[in-house]
Amino acid sequence: MRYIPHTEEEIATMLDAIGVESIDELFDSVPESLKEAAKAMDLPAPLGEIGLRSHLSELAGKNKVTRRDVTSMLGAGCYDHVVPEALNQLLLRAEFLTSYTPYQAEISQGTTKAIFEFQSMIAELVGMPIANASMYDGAHAAAEAALMAQRTFRRKPRKKVMVANNVHPEYRQVIETYLRSQEDAYGEFGTDPESGRFDLDDLRARIDDPEQVACVIFQTPNLLGVLEDPTELVAWAKEHKIVVVATFNEPHAFALARPPGDYGVDICAGEAMGLGIGQAFGGPALGVFAARKKQLRTMPGRLAGRTVDEKGREGYVLTLSTREQHIRRERATSNICTNQGLMALAAAIYLSLMGKQGFRELARLNMARARHALAQFEERGIGKRAYGAPFFNEFVLELPRPAREVIDACLEEDIIPGFDLGSVSDEWKNHLLVAATEMVDRKSIEATVDAVERALRG
Amino acid sequence: MGKGSGQREVKPGDSLRAGIEGAPIEPGDRMSPGIQFEEPLIFERSRTGRRGFVLGQGDWDVDDVDPAAELGGGLFRDEPAELPEVSEPEVVRHFTRLSQWNYSIDAGFYPLGSCTMKYNPKINEATARMAGFAQLHPYMPDQWCQGALELLWRLERILCEVAGLPACSLQPAAGAQGELAGLMCIRAYHQSRGDTQRTRIIVPDSAHGTNPASAAFNGFSVVEVASNADGTLDPAAVEAVMDETVAGLMITNPNTLGIFEKEIEAICEVVHRGGGKVYMDGANMNAILGKARPGDFGIDVMHFNVHKTFSTPHGGGGPGGGPICVSDDLEPFLPVPRIERSEGEDGPVYRRDFDGHPQSVGKVKAFWGNFLVYVRAYTYLREYGSDLPGISERAVLNANYMRARLSDTYNVAYPGRCMHEVVFDDSSFRDFGVSTMDVAKRLIDFGFHPPTIYFPLNVDGALMVEPTETESLRAIDEFVEAMETIHAEAEHSPQLLEAAPQNAFRNRLDETTAARRPILTYRQLREER
Repeated sequence: MRYIPHTEEEIATMLDAIGVESIDELFDSVPESLKEAAKAMDLPAPLGEIGLRSHLSELAGKNKVTRRDVTSMLGAGCYDHVVPEALNQLLLRAEFLTSYTPYQAEISQGTTKAIFEFQSMIAELVGMPIANASMYDGAHAAAEAALMAQRTFRRKPRKKVMVANNVHPEYRQVIETYLRSQEDAYGEFGTDPESGRFDLDDLRARIDDPEQVACVIFQTPNLLGVLEDPTELVAWAKEHKIVVVATFNEPHAFALARPPGDYGVDICAGEAMGLGIGQAFGGPALGVFAARKKQLRTMPGRLAGRTVDEKGREGYVLTLSTREQHIRRERATSNICTNQGLMALAAAIYLSLMGKQGFRELARLNMARARHALAQFEERGIGKRAYGAPFFNEFVLELPRPAREVIDACLEEDIIPGFDLGSVSDEWKNHLLVAATEMVDRKSIEATVDAVERALRG
Repeated sequence: MGKGSGQREVKPGDSLRAGIEGAPIEPGDRMSPGIQFEEPLIFERSRTGRRGFVLGQGDWDVDDVDPAAELGGGLFRDEPAELPEVSEPEVVRHFTRLSQWNYSIDAGFYPLGSCTMKYNPKINEATARMAGFAQLHPYMPDQWCQGALELLWRLERILCEVAGLPACSLQPAAGAQGELAGLMCIRAYHQSRGDTQRTRIIVPDSAHGTNPASAAFNGFSVVEVASNADGTLDPAAVEAVMDETVAGLMITNPNTLGIFEKEIEAICEVVHRGGGKVYMDGANMNAILGKARPGDFGIDVMHFNVHKTFSTPHGGGGPGGGPICVSDDLEPFLPVPRIERSEGEDGPVYRRDFDGHPQSVGKVKAFWGNFLVYVRAYTYLREYGSDLPGISERAVLNANYMRARLSDTYNVAYPGRCMHEVVFDDSSFRDFGVSTMDVAKRLIDFGFHPPTIYFPLNVDGALMVEPTETESLRAIDEFVEAMETIHAEAEHSPQLLEAAPQNAFRNRLDETTAARRPILTYRQLREER
């Protein structure tokens, strides 16, 4: 056991100091019957580093690697973006990697300062005044936003949470799960079939009494790749004191598109794994959570704040922790403890590397690639864009046949042309959701278009 | 912040070794001035036009677009986000310097109780970075991610073996989310039987704060029960509050005092007899791997903290992994998708099953859990394999040795042997006018990360020490010597403790002002200035 340093001699010394004969004696408080039963634990034989590497390589080898083994235009909430090598290597700094939550601020200033920078960058990115130190993922952040919205109505409680049905399906499921202990708190509203944007009239029509509604959640760019314009929603919601929550999973859009905060939404709660984490089979992801200053004390999650030490030198601490579970227990604003700290650091490094110009340029290439892809599809008469409102790097292609069939045919050629929206809703069964990023080059786009064309002809 | 301000002439390395009995070492024996730089916020390094990332000409293989025209007036962002403008070397240096202000396991002993800060094996980082895992889209069709699904399936089986429970979900992102998901399963179970009056959860007073918070987040009210004089839970105390309105009990075993709940079987029996289910917080599993299995002692659902027990790095706050294992009764309610294995023509075939579990509580997280964290945990578990009990043996040995050696100077909160961690109270130094916080901060001067302090709540001024199995006898001895020295200092020269830390990058930070006038972003800071 290479991670355990004790020699037999040392063990004897230690047992002697304790005053017992054997290690077994230290387990005296565990009933014999349990110890006996535990012997049934059936685990494989230990592996050394050589064996581990080959076993894990074998498992990894059974997966198709994006870009190496297959061409992919999959997005749908997880986008293939560049992970700069400088970021990769900084994340391996053991001082970041192997430290705990910064409870002892004097020896955790690297982490607390980096969190402060992360909070600052996220707030800038989404156009909000404050952001927290991270949530588990975008879906979780959105669910916590719904719960926080409910908490703001203390005197006259409101429960209802209305979610646009063009919000990512997994986000909708998670929000619903988090609201499950409350009866009838979750509701959805529809999408305008022309623009692909949420339908404010439908929302109004589905609400009997706006004074019962705690919050409305929309996503931008939404599941259909379309950028929302929540101006009217925000105005209407303000009239009725309804909290407006914007969720998202492609923060690169806000390099070029007005961020939700600009429109006056109350909470931005989304996913930022695209900022330097990679696809990672979906996790670890990075939930981000931004709000207005007046909501500060009802926010979930950790916050790092600036202060000074006894000598007046600047420093950073976790602050406002009286909101949190380790202080307030059952009255906490959330049960979250461990968050996605290292991923927040990754995002801070990513956004530092990208910088003001680089981030915008990268986003422009995303737009250009996506437009090239759409033009190719349309020029060849393969399909047409299903929705009219402006998009960023992802769009819905309406096909003459179910997207599932087309995808299956393309898989034979090691190409995955997009996401089957039919798996979300029957009404979208001919809808293929196609994403293009800076990682999907022209050649890959054209190979994909060719494959889709062959699939449709075949 | 500190007291004793009249005697504030304390300098780094100050000590009183000379002539004071019971002070075996001084800070200078372990610590020397290191290389640490002052470093501004990255925003303050920004210069207009500087770049840390550029696209190559070849990347522009398609026609450029005019975003303003494409998006239109209402949608286009005129003012770019205020991100810093810095070069790659500046970014690397900035974050390297920041990193040097952090304590870490790789640098030193980190006996943070309840957090199991064991060594994080390097091989785990290599396997988690294999392209076949890292460069895998979550919506890859099953046939394209067989290796990933197989890994998840195998990890579930191993966790079930350790738990002594039949089914597992890897979806929860951390322990607290495991608690939430597990309690959801309990709620759904009762509801499936039409038993809708169970609205309360029993939680012992020594529980982690996440336990009552998770119960409340599930819409349960919390019934707190007190531990007895031995620091354990009495079946009778549970019996006294157990009725048909109780959905279940949340328990940590070994508990947060580092004591194995001897009556655990009887406690579970009481809850089961009353129609409830028992949830176990698995934060302390490092004590009982292969020694006692929660399923065997009556637990219905539990979570593991893979970032504690199974060595995945804590990353300064996360990511973690909080998989839950459940009994047959609760299995139908686990989050979806479930990973299923069947026999195909060329061997086993793995798939994600979304539809076969109509009673599932749903999803608590997008996609399939913190996958790359699980690659690390799986690597670790395969390395130890059937040697897993050896971990707990050494962890318990280390904690008891620590307890034996320190109990001459510090007061052990509860008598008797401990498991993987030991809790001291402040009764041996309170009268010197120093606090647990002071002791903790002074440890920093000796180059140690302090233990968990002021937890559990049922111990006055608690110091909770968890050495873990990866620490050597020498490391523990050095820690003991520092603790002894600090105790002597507390008696003879308390200002050294009150002024600590002096050897750290910063002295004590003003938390009161930070909370009263929160400055949470650079923009705010600029406006303040």
